Amino acid sequence: MTNILEIVVSFLLVLGAIIMLIGSIGLAKLPDYFTRLHAPTKASTLGVGCILIASMVYFSFDLGRLNLKEFLITMFLFITAPIAAHMLAKAGLQYKVKLKEDTYNKDLSAKAYLHKAPDED
Amino acid sequence: MSKKSKFVWFPTPYHSLLLWLVWQILHEFSRGHMVLGAVFAIVIPWIVAPLSEKEPVAKNPLKVLLYLLRLVQDIIVSNFEVAKRVLQSNRHLKPAFIAVPITISEPLPLTIFTSSVSLTPGTCSVELSDDKQWLYVHVLHLEDEQKLIAQIKQRYEAPIKEIFQC
Repeated sequence: MTNILEIVVSFLLVLGAIIMLIGSIGLAKLPDYFTRLHAPTKASTLGVGCILIASMVYFSFDLGRLNLKEFLITMFLFITAPIAAHMLAKAGLQYKVKLKEDTYNKDLSAKAYLHKAPDED
Repeated sequence: MSKKSKFVWFPTPYHSLLLWLVWQILHEFSRGHMVLGAVFAIVIPWIVAPLSEKEPVAKNPLKVLLYLLRLVQDIIVSNFEVAKRVLQSNRHLKPAFIAVPITISEPLPLTIFTSSVSLTPGTCSVELSDDKQWLYVHVLHLEDEQKLIAQIKQRYEAPIKEIFQC
């Protein structure tokens, strides 16, 4: 039983760490501000989620009772991560950051900055 | 005003339940904290309920659960797609802005919708138009604009509209 438990916990820990690593690589190598926004905000939710589930499983067995505190952390993370991403995106529009040369529909970013509909002048 | 004269024990039952549950999880279900949590779960909504605006309420908890499960599934599946994109060369990347026409206008369902779009990797909601008819979304790698818009509308907007019936 403890063997299976150890395998599950270490699998989740390694998976979480790999996802976070890929998120960090994305942050370093992607071409512009908005594409860089994607990798870390998303990877952090799933990566941290995996690590927290591993912690939840381990401590539930270790203490002999259900331990759900990590579940709360996961929930708050899922609620706050999109808000942070949204605020960063808004800041990017505000500063008119440089977009990748071949970004499709580039002019929509100007419309978004002015809160206009796409067909409005 | 009739609103003030009528006394309600649980003005926001879901919030009360959530408050009690979170309190229990934080204090590991000991008996004393069950009582203390219950007191908080009853008293705090009395104080807070008159301050909050009326929001549409989810009618069917089962549908909410199904929606959350689908969201988690989408997050996991598309996370691996983004991971693949990140590890490939930047030259194959086709980032794009798209404008998604939306029909939700209530604040709470709209927040849940835009958050869902942001949480699923590959798409990130950037801004709303002033008339709340358009949501601007940044896409990490765009294959087919119309298909993606249809997918967002069908997978996230339709169930949220159904849950809140707005």
